[in-house]
Amino acid sequence: MFRYIGLRLLQLIPVFFGATLLIYFMVFSLPGDPIAALFGERPPPQSVIDTIREQYHLNDPFIVQYLYYVGGILTGDLGTTYSGRPVSDLLGQAFPITFRLAMLALFFEAVAGIAVGLIAGLRKGKFFDASALVVSLLLISVPTFVVGFILQYVFSIQLGLFRTTVGPGAPIQDLILPAIVLATVSFAYIVRLTRASVADNMQADFVRTATAKGLTRGRVVRVHILRNSLIPVVTFLGVDIGSLMVGAIVTEGIFNINGVGGTVYQAIKRGEGPTVVSFVAVMVIIYMLANLLVDLLYAALDPRIRYAK
Amino acid sequence: MKIRRIGIGALALAAASTLVLAGCSSSESPASTSSSSSIITTNGSEPQNPLIPTNTTETGGGKIATSIFAGLVSYDADGAIENDVAQSIESDDKQLWTVTLKDDQKFSDGSAVTAKSFVDAWNWGANPKNAQGAAYFFDNIEGFSAEEGADVPELSGLKVVDDKTFTVQLSAPEADWTQRLGYTAYMPLPESAYDDMDAFGENPIGNGPYMIDGADGWQHDVQIALVTNPEYNGVRKPVNGGLTIKFYTTLDAAYADVQGGNLDVLDQIPDTAFETYESEFGDRAVNQPAAIFQSITIPQYLPHWTGEEGALRRAAISQAINRDEITKVLFQGTRTPATDFTSPVIKGYSDSLKGADVLKFNPDEAKKLWAQADAIAPYGDTVFDIAYNSDGPHQAWVDAATQSIANTLGIKAQGKPYATFAEALADRDADKLTGATRSGWQADYPSLYNFLAPNYQTGAGSNYEGYSSPEFDKLLEEGSTATDVDSATAKFQEAQEVLLKDLPAIPLWYQNVNGVSSESVSNVVFGWDSVPLYFQITKN
Repeated sequence: MFRYIGLRLLQLIPVFFGATLLIYFMVFSLPGDPIAALFGERPPPQSVIDTIREQYHLNDPFIVQYLYYVGGILTGDLGTTYSGRPVSDLLGQAFPITFRLAMLALFFEAVAGIAVGLIAGLRKGKFFDASALVVSLLLISVPTFVVGFILQYVFSIQLGLFRTTVGPGAPIQDLILPAIVLATVSFAYIVRLTRASVADNMQADFVRTATAKGLTRGRVVRVHILRNSLIPVVTFLGVDIGSLMVGAIVTEGIFNINGVGGTVYQAIKRGEGPTVVSFVAVMVIIYMLANLLVDLLYAALDPRIRYAK
Repeated sequence: MKIRRIGIGALALAAASTLVLAGCSSSESPASTSSSSSIITTNGSEPQNPLIPTNTTETGGGKIATSIFAGLVSYDADGAIENDVAQSIESDDKQLWTVTLKDDQKFSDGSAVTAKSFVDAWNWGANPKNAQGAAYFFDNIEGFSAEEGADVPELSGLKVVDDKTFTVQLSAPEADWTQRLGYTAYMPLPESAYDDMDAFGENPIGNGPYMIDGADGWQHDVQIALVTNPEYNGVRKPVNGGLTIKFYTTLDAAYADVQGGNLDVLDQIPDTAFETYESEFGDRAVNQPAAIFQSITIPQYLPHWTGEEGALRRAAISQAINRDEITKVLFQGTRTPATDFTSPVIKGYSDSLKGADVLKFNPDEAKKLWAQADAIAPYGDTVFDIAYNSDGPHQAWVDAATQSIANTLGIKAQGKPYATFAEALADRDADKLTGATRSGWQADYPSLYNFLAPNYQTGAGSNYEGYSSPEFDKLLEEGSTATDVDSATAKFQEAQEVLLKDLPAIPLWYQNVNGVSSESVSNVVFGWDSVPLYFQITKN
């Protein structure tokens, strides 16, 4: 087991270098001179542009630029943005906020999604089940920004229950509404996944056996149906951690959250290699750790799954 | 066996919930302690560079720099100059200027603002070694050099006479030179700045109406908190307690904040609200022309677009665009159709220049001119495209304009999107356009010259598409070296009449300043530069 975890962690190293090399190359290949674009349509003297390009090693070939970057990482320096701020500052600023938002969203979608899905699955074909299916279909088909604007307008502007946008420091009470918006689509998927899985397991032999043994309905549902039904849901949640962390650009924009998505988007637009690569590298690591966690959870949920020594 | 399994499951669950809780507990907000009730809040964006005035060339940083620094002059709402730090700025020949400062001018740290504060700051900003984005603003002062990597610590044209007086020798006379002195590039710097300019840019000490509220005043990417500077005694004395500029990445979020009462003043409206903001905010909404000029430019290097044929085709395209309809329907009146190459807020603007008829929608004339051009060389099936960067709000109007052109002239016309501004700029810079491109100009300081010279003078920095007219250059030169402002204006208008014949750029419209303010503030007046005059806003 621990050997397995160790091996999986070791895999992070080649993936890290591969991902950074690839992403660095992509940013490097973006057309246009990022420094010239900094000045908009009023170019400064060429000498100014050249001096700044020199400063960020932009005149060197790709591989040299990348080695500068990797060399920096090994000495704990992630480089700077074109405005001279250390990338590590940006990381330290954006990731905690996005992480908090993602965890809150994950919490909402997992709790509410599994609860609704379970009830719907147990009452397959009844009114609750039918309405859960319709509502989840609706949530899947409506784009996030529509949900975002509507919830913001109703709950913040009209009812004044929440702040319209997230305040300095992104306190948790300001993040509740954005987290709900962020969670909507995944919530709908989880409802459907849980429902289908629960409905399936209801017909399974081991459930019939358990009921025949005289176990209480509560115990049958909790231990036999729910636990076996959670495997696909856990897989989904694991993958979702990743997309919640990186795919919140729209929600971040609506609620003015200085998170990962917006920071990366701005950095890509500016052609700022070190920023993009550092952020993406951290995302890749989060993705891989989340996947590892999911694989370990399988073992906890399903006795048939064991990781070899 | 079973117990262990549950154990791992519980552990994982516990781990997950700890993560959530950890997220919660670390969220204690650094509550803003200086929540004085008279602080005005407004929108802005994170400055692109540290706040060094000579390196602040974009609006996000410019808004802050003009609040924390005071130059020799500042602009009133109409763009007229008023002496701020200067007592007088005089010249007999408009080439050798003598600047005298007011008494008792101080930076917010208590050190004196002297003639040296200006001269040193300008010298530093102009020095190629320091690679400042606004260095070229000093290029008309004697001794300026743009040579790469050169170290020119002093401009020979700048001389300190005494503590309160310095002289500026320009390389040629310039009647409206004082007009530009309110621009951020011309701000003074305290002595302490030169020890470590980067550190200074992070925590600048200025002499303006406001100053940064302590070491934590600037929270990057979140907001910058300014409070009134007690040392300031110029013409922009604030009547409020301070100004907090919140940084937004989308205008929609900022607009929602004004609606929700979280923001006092918003100086731009998201296009999703064009239709509703005036009815929603009533007399707290502003819609007036601004010093922002928008156009399309057809390169001089394309076949069919040179010589007489090119002139005919440019005039035809111009008259094939229905500016009135596009500004009314698409922009909901937030743009004003163009009648020249500058802006209605600039002194010397005219809506009746000779030849300005070419900017009116006239389908018959357009068809006639296009046919005449076809007689010279047939245009054939070539698609007329307009390049734009799709990371800006351009697609809708480009589509409308190409539609208008296609319908009127019976040719194929379409937009040509570039993913990013940098990519579009690179093609413009390398003369690789296949058709027209969007172009535009926002004035740095209120003057006709600032619209004309950078864009249309032969070889000028922003003249990407290579227009060159000796006649225009001569009139521009005569205008800029005229010794009184009226005859300068006359020359600049004449120069524009040349442009109307040649149409190096086809003027489309002026962008309006559209702003709203909440009920908690009053006396919100927008300046010539689309930025509200923050110092005179009062909190109710």
